Amino acid sequence: MARSRDLRPGYSRRAQYGIFTRYVILVVGIAVGVIALGLSLFDPGAFAWLRGAGSEIAAPVGEASATARRSGANLVAAIGAWFDTGRQNLALAREVAAARATAVSARATADENRRLKALLHIVEPAQPPVATARLIGSTAVSARRFAIIDAGTLRGVHAGQAVRGAAGLIGRVVETSPDTARVLLISDADNVVPVRRAGDGLPGFVQGTANGRIAIRLLSMGNNPLHPGDVFVTSGSGGIYPPGVPVAVVATTRRDGAEGRLAADPAATDYVIVLPVYSAAATAAMAATVKAAGPPLKDEN
Amino acid sequence: MATKARQPTTGLATARDATPRRPINRAPLPWLAAGLPWASIMALSLVTFSPVIASAPVIPPLALMALLAWRMLRPNLLPIWVGLPLGAWDDLFSGQPFGSAILLWSLAMLAMDVIDERFLWRGFVQDWAAAAALLTVYLVVAAGLAGLAARYPLPLTIGPQWLMTLVLFPAINRLIAGLDRVRLLPLQRL
Repeated sequence: MARSRDLRPGYSRRAQYGIFTRYVILVVGIAVGVIALGLSLFDPGAFAWLRGAGSEIAAPVGEASATARRSGANLVAAIGAWFDTGRQNLALAREVAAARATAVSARATADENRRLKALLHIVEPAQPPVATARLIGSTAVSARRFAIIDAGTLRGVHAGQAVRGAAGLIGRVVETSPDTARVLLISDADNVVPVRRAGDGLPGFVQGTANGRIAIRLLSMGNNPLHPGDVFVTSGSGGIYPPGVPVAVVATTRRDGAEGRLAADPAATDYVIVLPVYSAAATAAMAATVKAAGPPLKDEN
Repeated sequence: MATKARQPTTGLATARDATPRRPINRAPLPWLAAGLPWASIMALSLVTFSPVIASAPVIPPLALMALLAWRMLRPNLLPIWVGLPLGAWDDLFSGQPFGSAILLWSLAMLAMDVIDERFLWRGFVQDWAAAAALLTVYLVVAAGLAGLAARYPLPLTIGPQWLMTLVLFPAINRLIAGLDRVRLLPLQRL
């Protein structure tokens, strides 16, 4: 279409100044952007209060879409289930019978475990979850990986607490507002999680690559002992994440580690549990530095 | 034939626009006519709260695409400093370091001004090309800033998002054109 520009509106001083002012405000905007960007690169939490206020305003939208996601997934699942009900019923009946037997023996094992721990005087403080929440949003446009949950400081959620879903670790809380909290997902490159292999305790750490996969790196050098299908769980070192939560499954091995899939895909997670910070010492360290979960130190493991 | 090639291809300046078919005692609602562009861009910034919980950047920057579409459709409707307020709003939700959208959207508006200056006549394909160039630069720089904020050079994971952005721009353009019709509906009785 033809351009419609009126930068020369005639001899009216008022109109000329108006146009000039627009460009002045534009330059001011660019300057504000540069300054704000510098501030937030220097201190990531600088505008947390503003983001918190924004999340508070927009949270109802997220609640509505979380409900929509849930019912949408339920609808698809219901239609799918309708087609193979009979086969599934048989398989499930067999599975339940097997599981019942396993459950009895598992209860016995748990009992024995408790008695043995009592003998060894190991006191394991029970840590009830802080809150149960829904994922109401995620930064799907940006290359950073944050999610937003609908529980905040009013329900005891604070920065540094770990967040897990039914299948495994989701991330940790980084910013809170009264009713919402921002969770740094483990698929973000800024999130480094100390892990160990579920089978033999081989230590390593996991770092996000922002594309849905995560990089698994080992602390020990030498031959790469990883195989596709190996499960990594949190090791508890560093004190933020409680030990034993599934984090990643090895998909393809690399020269210095492996590329893994997330154990708990946030897209398939309805409800998440906010867990208390595992170790009090880490809480103190966290207060000192925002970036507490840097790469785990070699001597920690 | 030569005169026909000079016709604008966006179909915006047709005879129907010159003589709108509306009763003479009706006019568009002033607040709707002025506010709908702002409201639509702000609403598209809230795509963060969509039902999709993404583990990779997959959704195109819909708010910026809408801003560019409004700017191309109605060059004088949004002020040139619109990147300051709307970019700040987008930064609240996008997950980018605060200030990145303020800066990049303001620069995009400035670039659109230069494009207007350079090309006297524009068509649909040229609009698409301009938007594609601006959005490509935006995605790459925004990913770079996100990498800076994460203190870790992010591998460039924006390929699928970039393709979807380029393909979806005409659709956003069409959506904005539809909203422009809603904006000018003669709802107010004079």
